[in-house]
Amino acid sequence: MDLTFSSEERAFEQEVRDFIAANLTPEIKRATALTPSVFSDPDIGMAWQRALHKKGWGAPGWPVEYGGPAWTAAQRWIFEAECARAGTPNVNVMGVKMVGPVIIGFGSPEQKNFYLPRILSGEDYWCQGYSEPGSGSDLASLKTKAVRDGNDYIINGTKIWTTHAHHANRMFALVRTNDTERQQDGISFILIDMKSPGITTRPILTIGGDHEVNQVFFDDVRVPVANRVGEEGKGWTYGKYLLEFERGSGIASAKLREALKTVSDLAESDATGRAIDDPDIGLRMSEIEVDIDTLEMTELRVLSALQTGQNPGAVSSLLKLRVSEIRQAVTRLGVEVIGNDGLYVEPMRPFYKLNEQPGIPEEMLPVVPEYLNSRAYTIFGGSSEIQRDIVARMVLGL
Amino acid sequence: MDLTLSDEQRLLRESADRFVSETYDADHRRRQASDPLGFSAAIWKQFADLGWLALPIPENYGGLGGGAIETGILMEAFGRGLVSEPYLSTVVIGAALISECGSEAQKQALLPGIADGSLYLAFAHSERAARFDLAKVATTASKTSDGWRLDGQKTAVLDGNAAGQIIVSARVAGDNGTPGKLCLFLMPAGMPGLASRDFPRLGGGRACNLDLRDVRLPADALLGDGSDALPAIEAVVDRAMAALGAEAVGIMQTLLDTTLEYTKMRKQFGRPLSANQVIRHRLADMAMQCDEARSMALRAALMVDAEPTARSRAASGAKAKIGKCARFVAEQSVQLHGAMGVTEELDIGSYFKRLLAFDTLFGGSAHHYRRHAALSGRSIQT
Repeated sequence: MDLTFSSEERAFEQEVRDFIAANLTPEIKRATALTPSVFSDPDIGMAWQRALHKKGWGAPGWPVEYGGPAWTAAQRWIFEAECARAGTPNVNVMGVKMVGPVIIGFGSPEQKNFYLPRILSGEDYWCQGYSEPGSGSDLASLKTKAVRDGNDYIINGTKIWTTHAHHANRMFALVRTNDTERQQDGISFILIDMKSPGITTRPILTIGGDHEVNQVFFDDVRVPVANRVGEEGKGWTYGKYLLEFERGSGIASAKLREALKTVSDLAESDATGRAIDDPDIGLRMSEIEVDIDTLEMTELRVLSALQTGQNPGAVSSLLKLRVSEIRQAVTRLGVEVIGNDGLYVEPMRPFYKLNEQPGIPEEMLPVVPEYLNSRAYTIFGGSSEIQRDIVARMVLGL
Repeated sequence: MDLTLSDEQRLLRESADRFVSETYDADHRRRQASDPLGFSAAIWKQFADLGWLALPIPENYGGLGGGAIETGILMEAFGRGLVSEPYLSTVVIGAALISECGSEAQKQALLPGIADGSLYLAFAHSERAARFDLAKVATTASKTSDGWRLDGQKTAVLDGNAAGQIIVSARVAGDNGTPGKLCLFLMPAGMPGLASRDFPRLGGGRACNLDLRDVRLPADALLGDGSDALPAIEAVVDRAMAALGAEAVGIMQTLLDTTLEYTKMRKQFGRPLSANQVIRHRLADMAMQCDEARSMALRAALMVDAEPTARSRAASGAKAKIGKCARFVAEQSVQLHGAMGVTEELDIGSYFKRLLAFDTLFGGSAHHYRRHAALSGRSIQT
């Protein structure tokens, strides 16, 4: 056993560093650091996506025939870790990491040819239509209806918590095409052009003050049947496949370590009166760092199992729970570190486009909104309660 | 980057698991509880025959040259069976202190005896006033015309009752009243001036408190050349904490497995306990913490040869985190067994107590989070 990467992997790491140094502009870096929401705004995220695509790194997880870079599990780890260290923005996760793999896995040749290149290049921006006002954790109870009419479906209903629906030109959605006895059997996976007549989007502001999520309404929206992925009634299977991606596949420890470093740098600065000298804060920082070390080691165990072709199995399903809890702990500590400056509210967004100098040091602006927004981590993608149900069922066989 | 076991390591794990499951059960533990040694000399001989005692000892001293991963594999199996043989005291700590500090002659004289099972060792370091500060030693060693004189008190000397040689830490006064450096001495059992109070240890095995009054040792009792032994003590204790972490993982996994079975079998209100969501979530948390402990024990083992700050941060991080997880898993195991969990009629209590002892040894979670913070340049309460 050893924890070190091979010389080829080290060389790759250097290549990633060089790429980032040459392409991550100070403007994108600053904008990312000042973004308190879960996802980066498209103007910074897509600029980064275009740079990645130019290099051939637009979709690290995709098979090579669809434009993936054919990286090993270790290379993906290194890439993610270096991006986190350098502070690169999030790209359109809903495109690259969610709908992309579903289209690759279950889409028609036409769908693959049309959509995949547009995800890679950043031409399309995707949002996810899963949750509904009445269907949160119990996703299969969703009611948005798609009724067949010739070569179209006519869609009526509403989706909620739709991240970046106000930026997206496309949505992938789970819709009810049949009222089957078993709810899951009547669901289909469909790709929707957001410019279709009958779609309206209502912004929902989060408690952090950010406009990230929306409610989307469908009133007799026509979508070609050709936009259905795979078979009618199999949407639940495809959707679950995607949720697995949403849950397990990320490499979160490097990002969390960087987030803790940001808090630690603030705590060591005179701007916070050197909060780090408060023994309680120093101690809590160590507790969180140890939790990140633990998470990283678990991620490396998963990586090592993947490398040798083993199924990481139980371990990966535990990750989402811990990642979300650690994220909340880091952001909570941040609020304590900045003390009274946490009372300052800046309602304007985005922070990186403010015209005036804020009343507190700029780097403190995202701290409180980040904490407030981070409460969503234990809720989205299957709440922590649902995750524990899954662990009990899948890991413990209960 | 490879965290999978080699074929040899897999075989070691299989043989250790098999030996432990065939040898150790509740009856065995009851028998050993009344044994003056606190363990079985016959089993120790079997450990020697299996090559386990030679495992981490360098090859040129009759050992097999294994590392912390191999030690961890054994310790995890030992945890599953609550093994009370003095593997930690004699092999993980004793042999390592001799390897780190001993002179060539001392290594030649002592290490083969550890490997073949003829020598038990104990490490007498902790003192009441020091709590868990490894640098704080009040026991003194002064030079005499023909050797050394030791005075002081040592507490919780694991397996000190059985040891043929006890490795004692003491301060050697510097010249002209300068603060003394820490040295290690080999003290044979039963020396004049040595009073030993031996007691059964929480979680199995035995230990003793030592009172040293004018204990006279020959000049060659000094381990090594007399340079400051604190760095070596810290390195060896970090290694011991990694090994103990692996043992804790074995204990925790057994508690989880046992509790899982119990909640599936035990019926109340017409259904198994495990049908209740509150129980299922508790078990999910226990499983998660077992897995986190496993990650940290492995991490500490992989870091034992890193530079001292990184090594100690990993060891303290592991000890703190595993201690926290262990407490949760242990307490919830008792809780979910209901009233039976607080009786001596089930095994649960023995495993619970062993984890409590684990948390105490070399300092609990709070101590090690503080040490981690101090090593990370963060302010700590003094």
